[in-house]
Amino acid sequence: MPSLKLSFPVRARDFLAGGNGAAHIRQVLQQVGFPPEIIRRAAIAAYEAEMNIIIHSYGGELKAHITPGAITITAVDDGPGIPDIELAMQEGYSTAPREIQEMGFGAGMGLPNIRRCADELEIKSGAGQGTTVNIIIYNR
Amino acid sequence: MGYFHSVRLEEDKCKGCTNCIKHCPTEAIRVREGKARIIQERCIDCGECIRICPNHAKIAVGDDLTALAAYRYRIALPAPAVVSQFAGQAKLEHILGALKALGFDAIYEVALAAEMVARATRRYLDNYGGKRPLISPACPAVVGLIQVRFPSLVEQILPLVTPVDLAARLARLEGMKATGLPLEAVGTFFISPCPAKITAARQPQGKRVGPDGVIPLATVYGDILKGLSSALPYPSRAGATGYGWGHSGGENASIGGRRLLEVDGIHHVIEVLTRIEAGDFQDIEYIEAQACPGGCVGGALMVQNPYLAKLELRQLVRDLPSRSMDLPVTEKDLRAEPVYPRPALQLDDDLATAIEKMRRLEATQAMLPGLDCGSCGSPSCRALAEDIVQGEAQDTDCVFVLRERVRVLAEEVVELARKLPPSMARPERGDEDAPSGNR
Repeated sequence: MPSLKLSFPVRARDFLAGGNGAAHIRQVLQQVGFPPEIIRRAAIAAYEAEMNIIIHSYGGELKAHITPGAITITAVDDGPGIPDIELAMQEGYSTAPREIQEMGFGAGMGLPNIRRCADELEIKSGAGQGTTVNIIIYNR
Repeated sequence: MGYFHSVRLEEDKCKGCTNCIKHCPTEAIRVREGKARIIQERCIDCGECIRICPNHAKIAVGDDLTALAAYRYRIALPAPAVVSQFAGQAKLEHILGALKALGFDAIYEVALAAEMVARATRRYLDNYGGKRPLISPACPAVVGLIQVRFPSLVEQILPLVTPVDLAARLARLEGMKATGLPLEAVGTFFISPCPAKITAARQPQGKRVGPDGVIPLATVYGDILKGLSSALPYPSRAGATGYGWGHSGGENASIGGRRLLEVDGIHHVIEVLTRIEAGDFQDIEYIEAQACPGGCVGGALMVQNPYLAKLELRQLVRDLPSRSMDLPVTEKDLRAEPVYPRPALQLDDDLATAIEKMRRLEATQAMLPGLDCGSCGSPSCRALAEDIVQGEAQDTDCVFVLRERVRVLAEEVVELARKLPPSMARPERGDEDAPSGNR
């Protein structure tokens, strides 16, 4: 089974480069020829996950594992972690610092947006432990 | 059926420089064996290569005035931007008159049809509840760009006829009515600012929709200029808002109100479309996107500086009424032909094969220097990696890879040279027993 792995370093607070990893993933999926709806969901999920690293962490990595049947997007970061994942999943809940919210980011829609796009979503995190978000989108 | 392209290469003029490959928005050009080659499936006829080529080796093939001979009644359809090229030298009526004097029986201003399209667009936006923003279909290079590079946005192209096609349809009807001639005796000729509009009019669409011929402005520019002082004036029927379509922002101004965005210059259009595809810009109702800087006044087949042309166009139509009279158009007149994706950038039809190719593409790109110098004839290192994976190029086409190979090979040669077989090895110098000649 052919598979493709992509990986992009993501730096904290780097809004200028923010979204580059997700954009590359989108371009790859398009050139490979996934259906537009699958690409749309994967691209949005990757973008939100990438922005979460930029906004909330000390830096991390955005990864994609692509097979004909599924697209897996993983965002790993070093950071303060999410103390209460259930709370973080609620729309509009945000722990983003005030200055980030003033820039128009961190509106508390990231994780809910990811959940809407994902077929499977797993978040591993805890206070002071960093965060790993694993997103699977099936191609069917 | 083959896809017609107006943009061509004049091979003997091409020096094989890489200016065009670096500017092509769909990476449709490669330099192979010292000449530029256009990949037909990818070309959108935007004319960027015509604009950039220092040797004028890229041309747009359109019709010339000899095409008029095939019809008994000939109608010129000047693009709104066309009159901008003569502004400052004559009044609108005299420009139209000079155009008519080239051998036309009548003139139907595309600006007039543009106003009808603007009214229809406003009505459409009022009743639209689908995905936003809608994108203007007026610039065929942008439509081509969407088909090739942003296939998922095809459904957001406004499904209304373009001003050119509507003008051709209405002009034909008027001509038949005025003369009593049958359809095939009436010819309509669009005077085009750009190659994309030539291509758009030539696509096999099953039935006659657009103009019968397309004449690049550049080929009649001199003739019109010459006739400006002597030609009889020809009355204009269009309003200032219709002529506004000739420059960027003019289409939106004629639609009016609302949150309407305008963007011009194909690389800026790409930025905006990328954002739309990412799900942004949903609070924008409509996007007027034009491939050329400044809009059609900056068309690749135009003569004047686009920004001066924009200024002159606005001055020229200053005395016109803002809007022309209402003309009867039916819903059927306004309906557009559907637009389909042309996913020419896809690596393979089979998903599994495409993934495998993409894996090799990523690995190949990682071995290239990442300078995007274009010396290999591909526009970027990534494009070369793609060409290698598709069997169209080799890694040694990259001068840096080649140099490295030559260096390694040279070192091996030196290394091998030291390993002469024993029978040929000379005795070491300083051997005291060797005969020493006369001394």
